[in-house]
Amino acid sequence: MSTVIEIKNLIKRFGHKQVLKNLNFSVNQGEFVAILGPNGAGKTTLLRILSSLSKPNFGSITIGGYSLPDQAAAVRLKLGIVSHQPLLYGDLSAEENLLFYSRLYGMDHPQNRIYEILQLVGLEKRKKDMIRTYSRGMQQRLAIGRAILHDPEVLLLDEPHTGLDQDASNMLDQLLEQVATRGRTVVMTSHDLGRVANMASRFDILTKGKIQSSISVNDLPLHGLLEYYQSVLSLIDANAETKNGT
Amino acid sequence: MEHKTSFFKAIKAVIWKDLIAELRSKELVSGMLVFSLLVIFIFNFSLELSPSTRASVTAGVLWVTIIFAGTIGLNRSMAVEKDRGCLDGLLLAPVDRTAIYFGKSIANWIFMLIVAAIILPVYSILYNHNVISIGLVFVILLGSEGYVAIGTLLASMAVQARTRDILLPILLFPVVIPILIASVKASNGFLIGVAFNELTNWIYLLAAYDVIFTSVAFMVFDAVVEE
Repeated sequence: MSTVIEIKNLIKRFGHKQVLKNLNFSVNQGEFVAILGPNGAGKTTLLRILSSLSKPNFGSITIGGYSLPDQAAAVRLKLGIVSHQPLLYGDLSAEENLLFYSRLYGMDHPQNRIYEILQLVGLEKRKKDMIRTYSRGMQQRLAIGRAILHDPEVLLLDEPHTGLDQDASNMLDQLLEQVATRGRTVVMTSHDLGRVANMASRFDILTKGKIQSSISVNDLPLHGLLEYYQSVLSLIDANAETKNGT
Repeated sequence: MEHKTSFFKAIKAVIWKDLIAELRSKELVSGMLVFSLLVIFIFNFSLELSPSTRASVTAGVLWVTIIFAGTIGLNRSMAVEKDRGCLDGLLLAPVDRTAIYFGKSIANWIFMLIVAAIILPVYSILYNHNVISIGLVFVILLGSEGYVAIGTLLASMAVQARTRDILLPILLFPVVIPILIASVKASNGFLIGVAFNELTNWIYLLAAYDVIFTSVAFMVFDAVVEE
């Protein structure tokens, strides 16, 4: 299986604060990796660097054979991104939003693809309605549609369940499952262990600026992801206390 | 699926998006227009000018109105991109980012020209002084282009700050002073019937600033929107 994402010795600072510290991370083609970690661990920063929205201070990043930040435009073509915000225009309809993005992505005859996407996300009946009339769940479904419109190799999801109720989250999970089963590489950050436990094939724990642990779904302990996650965080906290001499 | 987006297709897409969104919401042009009309009304009632002095202040009043209204438009135009994270959506597209800048700039220019096209006849009626002339239209085209070129760049910088509404005019007004002076002088010349060849210095100055501001924005836009 070939490596699609490879990060070596990544450092990212905001002022004097080092958010990512010599981070190493790789993802193989077709993997669904969940990045877990507490608030402020650097999950969003990592995804913003991967999506070329932010530049690293040090380190090498390659996605689909192209390096960042030098070949950012080529990398962006391979990426689909879903973030906390839908990245959609409130005064445009669902169809117009997808048409706009299809033009930005250089798709020549996008109508069939737009119709296919609207069907996939279950919004074909509301395609003429303005986005600002949509619920948060509907906006997020369309955001996934926007992210996969150009059929990207890699899908980056930054806490896509934020602000969604139970039903909308379940619908989003079904949609993500459909997307993942089409062989795309997916990297998702999340706080919600219960949700990602049934979706991801690998779980990486990011805290204190580094990937501290990585485990395949098949190697999870008997009591599951929550137990594993808590044990890793406790161990890291204990090690930090020992180093500080407390 | 491999797609290459041409520079001009990306510009067209951004202009199309801005025009369609504005056609729906009418927030930007209507805001600029109401503000412009209010400024013209206020000047009209507060200055109480004699017919002879009206001609000499017309260019100044018109340009102050256009510049202030333009700031409202530029702020709103970038605020729309900040809503729902749309600016990130644009920056994530596999296009040269300067295409996004040109698309936004041209759309902003169109909105400014629409407002100017409405306020000129209103001004003529209110002040009983015909200001519509080819020369003035030419100066408005040149002056507003330079203003929008640097304004769009500074608005994309200011939009990332919490105090964006205040920040934009503070950044923009000192920079556009040469454009404002050249536009007022050239407009005034056309309005009082000075020959074109006597105004060429101001016209050249405007054209030079248009080229400089557009080139600077072209070179630095990518760095400005970078986190």
